[in-house]
Amino acid sequence: MADPMRVRAAENGGIVDVKILMKHDMEAGQRKDAAGKVIPAWFISNINVKANGKDVFNGQFGPAVSKDPFLNFKYKGAKGDKITVSWVDSKGDKRTDEATAS
Amino acid sequence: MQRKLTLGLATALVAALLTMTSSVFAQKSATDDIAKYREMIADGNPSELYEAAGEELWKKPAGPKNATLEKCDLGLGPGVVKGAAAQLPRYFADTDKVQDLESRLMTCMLFLQGRIPQEMIDAPFQRGPKKDMEAIVAYVVTLSKGDKIKVSTNHPKEKEMYDLGKRAFFFQGGPMDFSCASCHAEDGKRIRLQDLPNITAQKGAALGWGYWPAYRVSSGQFWTMQQRLNDCYRQQRFPFPIYGSDVTIALSMYMAKTGNGGTVETPGLKR
Repeated sequence: MADPMRVRAAENGGIVDVKILMKHDMEAGQRKDAAGKVIPAWFISNINVKANGKDVFNGQFGPAVSKDPFLNFKYKGAKGDKITVSWVDSKGDKRTDEATAS
Repeated sequence: MQRKLTLGLATALVAALLTMTSSVFAQKSATDDIAKYREMIADGNPSELYEAAGEELWKKPAGPKNATLEKCDLGLGPGVVKGAAAQLPRYFADTDKVQDLESRLMTCMLFLQGRIPQEMIDAPFQRGPKKDMEAIVAYVVTLSKGDKIKVSTNHPKEKEMYDLGKRAFFFQGGPMDFSCASCHAEDGKRIRLQDLPNITAQKGAALGWGYWPAYRVSSGQFWTMQQRLNDCYRQQRFPFPIYGSDVTIALSMYMAKTGNGGTVETPGLKR
């Protein structure tokens, strides 16, 4: 499993505000290193967020998203919701983290 | 008749809008907008990722002695991390030296874990053992966030470091005859859109010392204070100082003491 994410969820008036910080280099495949060689592309391709087992967010990231992506969105939910964030990257590496809406 | 009225109304409306917008722009400067942008992204400070990694490394056995850093004394007692960074640099009796955070961590890594400091010193920034150091620094400084900068010069060696730091700050050299003071000794200076704090005064020193270490968005990296100082020397086209050397600790002492009373805002978020 890759490096851990920071997941925070705060509920207010029936709306849960979810903030996710992911650790990932997100290489677009366009950069060259000091020796002139292309740094291979390596980025998060898909991200899925579930609240209590139900999808609340699905995203197709790609080379356009920059390093250490920060994702912030809201959905209709309640305190105590179990939020599960999972991503898959272009090399097949995965990461899943959880948080509870407070 | 109607067309003339509409035209008249339209011109009046445009004129009103133009005067409105120009007065609004007059109140905001480019640096105000940058400050607003910083507030907006403050919630997603990637330093937190480094802090989380650093906390794990603090508790993970490492080095030939296979020990954790949990007994490391950063000045407030073995294992006390909360508030420790706010009172560094300081004199340590066990090494008989004034040390900043990173040189003190190297001491702990040596005494507790058996890790050789020279490997850390020689490693390039952001690579190898320095990656561990950066994460641990992020963890330690986060636990001083909100505290007041409080360094002392009571011990004669601390006073000596402060004096050396002050001299180094004003020492002109290198191919462009620069010193730290060339950029950081006057109010209201900036390079392009980057405001330069006046480090010779309390307010500016607190802005400089209190906001680094920080995550630099432009390079996607977490920079420790040692890296920030190293880069200052690079910008002046001076030779690079040795990692953890006396001049870096002296300058740190000078900046911290001058900034005393200011608030620790680390880990910062920089352009």
